[in-house]
Amino acid sequence: MSSLIELTLAQALDGLKTKKFTATELTQAYIKATEKCRSLNAYIVETPELALKQAKESDARYASGKALPMDGLPLGIKDLFCTDNVQTTAGSNILRGFKPQYESTVTAQLFRDGAVMLGKLNLDEFAMGSANITSAYGNVINPWSGSDPANAVRKLVPGGSSGGSAAAVAARCAIAATGTDTGGSIRQPAAFTGITGIKPTYGRCSRWGIVAYASSLDQAGPMTRDVRDAAIMLKSMAGYDPKDSTSVNRPVPNYLDALEGGIAGLRIGIPKEYRVDGMPAEVETLWQQGIKMLQDAGAEIVDISLPHTKYALATYYIVATAECSSNLARYDGVRFGQREAGKNLIEMYETTRAKGFGAEVRRRIMLGTYVLSAGYYDAYYLKGQKVRNAIARDFGQAFKQCDAILTPTAPSDAFAIGEKQDDPIKMWLNDVFTVPVNLAGLPAMSLPVGLSANKLPLGLQIIGRPFDESTVLGIGAALEAAAGFKALPPFHA
Amino acid sequence: MSIDKNTVARIANLARIRLTEDEQNAMTREFQAILGWIDQLQEVNTDDIPPLTSVVEVTLPLRDDKVADGGYPEDVLANAPKQAAGFFVVPKVIE
Amino acid sequence: MTANKNLQDNLIRGETGDWEIVIGMEVHAQVLSESKLFSSAATAFGAEPNAQVSFVDAAMPGMLPVINKKCVEQAVRTGLGINAKINLHSVFDRKNYFYADLPSGYQISQFKDPIVGKGQIELDMPDGSTRTIGITRLHLEQDAGKSMHDQSPTESYIDLNRSGVALMEIVSEPDLRSSEEAGLYLKKLRTILRYLGTCDGNMDEGSMRADVNVSVRKPGDPLGTRCEIKNVNSMRFVVQAVEYEARRQIEIIEGGGVIKQETRLFDNAKGETRSMRSKEEAHDYRYFPDPDLLPLILDEAWVNHIKATLPELPDDRKNRYIKDFGLTSYDAGVLVAEKDTAVYFENAAKGREGKLAANWVMGELFGALNKENKTISESPVSADALGGLLDLIMNGTISGRTAKEVFEEMYASGKPAAKIVEEKGLQQVSDVGELEKAIDDVIAQNPDKVAEYRGGKDKLFGFFVGQVMKNTGGKANPGVVNDLLKKKLAG
Repeated sequence: MSSLIELTLAQALDGLKTKKFTATELTQAYIKATEKCRSLNAYIVETPELALKQAKESDARYASGKALPMDGLPLGIKDLFCTDNVQTTAGSNILRGFKPQYESTVTAQLFRDGAVMLGKLNLDEFAMGSANITSAYGNVINPWSGSDPANAVRKLVPGGSSGGSAAAVAARCAIAATGTDTGGSIRQPAAFTGITGIKPTYGRCSRWGIVAYASSLDQAGPMTRDVRDAAIMLKSMAGYDPKDSTSVNRPVPNYLDALEGGIAGLRIGIPKEYRVDGMPAEVETLWQQGIKMLQDAGAEIVDISLPHTKYALATYYIVATAECSSNLARYDGVRFGQREAGKNLIEMYETTRAKGFGAEVRRRIMLGTYVLSAGYYDAYYLKGQKVRNAIARDFGQAFKQCDAILTPTAPSDAFAIGEKQDDPIKMWLNDVFTVPVNLAGLPAMSLPVGLSANKLPLGLQIIGRPFDESTVLGIGAALEAAAGFKALPPFHA
Repeated sequence: MSIDKNTVARIANLARIRLTEDEQNAMTREFQAILGWIDQLQEVNTDDIPPLTSVVEVTLPLRDDKVADGGYPEDVLANAPKQAAGFFVVPKVIE
Repeated sequence: MTANKNLQDNLIRGETGDWEIVIGMEVHAQVLSESKLFSSAATAFGAEPNAQVSFVDAAMPGMLPVINKKCVEQAVRTGLGINAKINLHSVFDRKNYFYADLPSGYQISQFKDPIVGKGQIELDMPDGSTRTIGITRLHLEQDAGKSMHDQSPTESYIDLNRSGVALMEIVSEPDLRSSEEAGLYLKKLRTILRYLGTCDGNMDEGSMRADVNVSVRKPGDPLGTRCEIKNVNSMRFVVQAVEYEARRQIEIIEGGGVIKQETRLFDNAKGETRSMRSKEEAHDYRYFPDPDLLPLILDEAWVNHIKATLPELPDDRKNRYIKDFGLTSYDAGVLVAEKDTAVYFENAAKGREGKLAANWVMGELFGALNKENKTISESPVSADALGGLLDLIMNGTISGRTAKEVFEEMYASGKPAAKIVEEKGLQQVSDVGELEKAIDDVIAQNPDKVAEYRGGKDKLFGFFVGQVMKNTGGKANPGVVNDLLKKKLAG
């Protein structure tokens, strides 16, 4: 059965439709795969019984000719999505044991379309991190670390915060996974693990039922083997939700159509500001190769400028932390989650939150509290909102000259656990190319284009206009075809 | 802008996160570095730029006034660390 | 000069001279709506604990707010009712603080850009003058849940049924100058809200609560330091709280102390205010625009439509009563204060003498209702029934005195006036022949008194009227009796 897990999502759908195998067989193969991949620590909770029950229902639909768009596809779900009666922790101790009595809109839509859930995937605590080392449920190990990743000399990080999702898809213990992206949390781990991930336009996917990190930046998206799979899965995840006031009511196009047209005549912007100090030459080289590939496919290359790029990270750490300081106030030990003892209410709050949150989450809550507090609001929060606008306007200007933008996804390949951990700012710099996109609310996709000298995947990022995921996917398909990236991690199911 | 330990203690109190003396010291040092880094934003002239709070260019949707939710106290209380007689129970609130 | 006189009366005499009280009010009025401000859970009063709570109200992870159109409409309506500016662009902010009954750790409110801006309210003073009180703003916000501290010595119990219910916070300028004015302001505001149907104004159920800001100063001095008295939940307590707080502050200043700006709590039982210690130092609410909600943009046409469909407001109604029914300003003010009373009065007065109707509503009817602590909507005598009684007075069938007797019977039995009059034969006697006979009898029975009267003792006239009335069982038409008696006695 091991061949079943080699199939992409699109191939598996074909196989199910043509009755080459059943959803139950496919699901069983993946349940075995999750067991085999436990050393990666990608899953916090596995839900094989639920998966088999869903697969059985799926088989019944196939048998009666009523198959759904994602019918029988075994997915991993980032543990930031609330899942009905299945533990949802956001990677935090404070939510240990929490079982929502509701289903997030995005997962509900995937299940509506027939998808199967293998379990809940590990992540940085409350999606705050770029290496999946802040989870209360342990690090996720990148399957590219070696053939025995858990015992590798350099245990590589899978990126973050959707590190479990990335590792699971790369190691083939999920056919695809959901991710969320606040500052790069889909794209950077996708790049580090050699998979494809798209962060849609802010407002494209409902945020209802996703544990909030930074409300004005958070957006869910698919993490998949290839661009086609991303197009299929995004179609299911996207759509207007009246329960999310920031969700946008516009029709969801058939993204598969976008893969067919080619990119002849499209203008691709290359921002000169996306070259940072200390960026390895191989990243620059890969970027140039990507430019060449698109040019060869008929695109026109345009030099553009995004002058406020260098301020994006500092802006992000004002906006995101301010919002998170407020969003995470609800974790107080009163209505759900863990509670520490206290003589009175305030003491209970303070000990619950001190013990329940890890260091990075505490740091961001504190920073956010500070930038909003009396006397600092104007200098930090308000200033951040203004610079955010400047960054968004940069993109608006750029899109007058081009139809999409090509950049590297991250300034390096995957680093090892323990590296960059002495200084939070050094860690935060990982998101330098992804964060501006969130600040402007734009769609962007990372896909693997080549390998580094360390034989690790490197990704490029395609940024599109608001709600123009189709163009992003179309360019992605062209780049994917030209790059022909087929490398597999040394460890996989 | 520099930050001192008293400010860190005050922020921790506002955020209801108990920090030990050592943690306060460490966080003060860390915050000095982070805020120094963030201060680069002061270089940007934003005199003519309004703050951006949302990238979504639509207006707030309004829902109809219909009772269509609630009525499931057992679900609301399902995850409560402590409950009694249909209430959430917490250590004594002192004024 | 009237204003001066009022001002003079409002001053408090201290040891060091006269003091002026300066009061501003923040009233929290629960919006009348079926469901909550940002969730579709019910708002009804008195449900089982946590039965009217959605996952949004309990601030479960991942839950998001969606605003209730009706609540927005109610806020606009109220703004129009207090002659205020409606802001077509307003913003919801988060006010961050931790409290057991605040599930999300922040209250969604409006800080910098409220939905309603400056307005005003007219107060009717007892001397017939009016005072204009400025309204600073009105904004929409969520109510918190309820903490109960009596169930256990070591624990508090939390019910979130109220969590997320829509409130309008209506903030006045510091224009009020006495406890009496503060009481009148609250009463007038409640009247307006009830007319508009935007708040039921039930202070007992907490649908309306006031925070009262009080400071004192020597007349002409700049504003003094204020203290905010939280959650004063009846008209009477507002008056008591202001009186107590002003005296407390004057005592401190005259004793050489200074007033500390602080939040105080009114103790209903003791009639005192006391400091809420811990609430102070932590006041840093870190307001910022709620990223889960976009700016609220109102369509001007919609606002105009709401404006066009506003009901008649108490001030307009009062003016109409003065003009159309010839009522005094005071009487008109009393009748319009409660919408139910005004509607009752108008039904009773329709096509009749307005002044007469007003006297009966405010006299006999109010008296009877007050005795039994009944509201006008519980009156056993309907407005139409009272109108029937007024008809009998106006067409001379019964005298005013008889009418009082009939009214008592109507109130007790619910029978219509005409039926009671007929059954008991209470019709007034106006027949000249019949009355002349009665007068002749009285004159014949009292020759001495007649002689005295004719000798110049005019005061005895009343005696003769009384005797005639007595002998006719009170049914004689007093006007006719007077005329006939004068003639006969003149002899």
